[in-house]
Amino acid sequence: MTTEVIIEVRGLTKRFGKVEAVNGIDFDVYTGELFGFLGPNGAGKTTTINMLTGLARPDTGSIRVAGIDCVKSPKAVQRLVGVVPDESNLYPELTGFENLCFCGALYGMSRRDRETKAKELLNKFGLNEAANRKFAEYSKGMKRRVTIAAGIIHSPPILFLDEPTTGIDVISARQIRSLIASLNASGTTIFLTTHYIEEAEHLCKRVAFIVKGRIVRMDTVEELMRQTDGLFVVQFAVDKGASGLCEALRSEFREIRCHAVSDSVLRIEDSNPVRISPLVNFIEKLGAEVLEARKIQPSLEDVFVGVTGIETAEMKQEKERAKSGGGV
Amino acid sequence: MKVWIAFWNILAKDMRTYYLKPPNISWGLIFPLAWAGMFLIRSGAEVGSVRSLLPGVMAVSVIFGTTSLLAVTITFEKRGRSFERLLLAPIPIELLMLAKTAGAILFGVLNAFVPVLIAAFLVDLSEISWGILALAVVLLAVSSTFLGLLIAVSVSEVFEAQAFSNFFRFPMLFLCGLFFPIQRLPIWLQPLSYILPPTYGVDALRSSINRTGFIPLGSDIGILAFFCGVLFAVSLRSIKRRWIA
Repeated sequence: MTTEVIIEVRGLTKRFGKVEAVNGIDFDVYTGELFGFLGPNGAGKTTTINMLTGLARPDTGSIRVAGIDCVKSPKAVQRLVGVVPDESNLYPELTGFENLCFCGALYGMSRRDRETKAKELLNKFGLNEAANRKFAEYSKGMKRRVTIAAGIIHSPPILFLDEPTTGIDVISARQIRSLIASLNASGTTIFLTTHYIEEAEHLCKRVAFIVKGRIVRMDTVEELMRQTDGLFVVQFAVDKGASGLCEALRSEFREIRCHAVSDSVLRIEDSNPVRISPLVNFIEKLGAEVLEARKIQPSLEDVFVGVTGIETAEMKQEKERAKSGGGV
Repeated sequence: MKVWIAFWNILAKDMRTYYLKPPNISWGLIFPLAWAGMFLIRSGAEVGSVRSLLPGVMAVSVIFGTTSLLAVTITFEKRGRSFERLLLAPIPIELLMLAKTAGAILFGVLNAFVPVLIAAFLVDLSEISWGILALAVVLLAVSSTFLGLLIAVSVSEVFEAQAFSNFFRFPMLFLCGLFFPIQRLPIWLQPLSYILPPTYGVDALRSSINRTGFIPLGSDIGILAFFCGVLFAVSLRSIKRRWIA
């Protein structure tokens, strides 16, 4: 990664009726960087990507991609970028190979070039055997991989990935993360939006937290993690109702911070070492069973929750629910 | 030159995945045959009168082959978000929309010549002005396709596209002089006929096939070309306002 700015955004605003989807955001992305844009559903992540890629016009503000004014010359910017939307949107009636060749043709690639590149990508993404099957017949994970391949068929220097692992199985998600890391290692600048904080923590060098259209914090992952120095975290696995238990714990033990990671996992943070037995007793008094309690290293998720006050479990569930309707 | 690679591939994909599917081909064959048969039986005319029916049947084939199919395919791609891929491609929006409409135009032109091919076995077509006929068919196909495009950009659901297409097409059948002259329409309906592109297409077809057109041929062609330009410009403006908002 260099310190040369490849994406420069200043005062970007977008309204849909009365809703301020993006509200005066500023940020830079550096050449070769893997930049994470994190936030809950409706935070303005997809709207921002749409404006950066010429699919939407900002109300105010400026965007420069590789020095090109994206508002004035969106088509010039589109030559330089690849976009992987939050839903796999290739043509169901075409095969994986045909879809990739078609996407290559949209960028003016010659027949020989696009066929060679399509074969190479299908091989790299482990889809050789499914190359001649219709896209409609692919599993969600396969669809996602082909959609990513379609985004990079023309070898763009900048890639926008919108929620690349949402709604797919664990193995496919892991494969995709490794593909993203290898793409970035080969020099592609990546703008990644995700609501999986741990994904951003592992992949990104720098992240921005966006909530209700505003960037509330932006820094390197390393610097953000420094906030967790002196923070003690204990994670409890319970049999039910983690969110409700959190509320009860917060009102009983005022010095702690508690948030639900999922319906059966809650996380407790304190600036002092956490005493486990009073917490276990309290939870069991409320009729829940503690299945496991363990001390864990603080994560970016803890920083995100601390900065935004948003429960990550809620965010994940909301995203999964909204998946069929797309993001804002 | 590279944008033409995109243009050609969009056109080829649409022809293969939408227009040249067996149901659409059979529709293109059966529809004009059914219309011609119906009118022959209804009027009790002989096979020899096929030539007088030809302009109307050709125009129906073009209008039905272009408007709804284009509106449905674009709305379908918008719903599935695959249309976003096209909007993200580095090709001018004008060229992109020409590529998307070229398939429907070609399909409409091919449909128009199905009745001509059948008629060639039944009546003498040697007096037809083929150059004018071809020009009239192409302009009719382009204007009908652009009408379909305007429908596509005005709706968001596939069923709306179908309903909206029919809302335009069926009144047009009766108002644009397809099967009986505009002069026989009630006087208060006649102005409506003159704002419909097919009126001029049908008249140009009549001029080229039977020399029975009542509007000067130059006016037919000029007005049709004007309609094509206006419909395309209005559709593009709508696309930029609604889809790249």
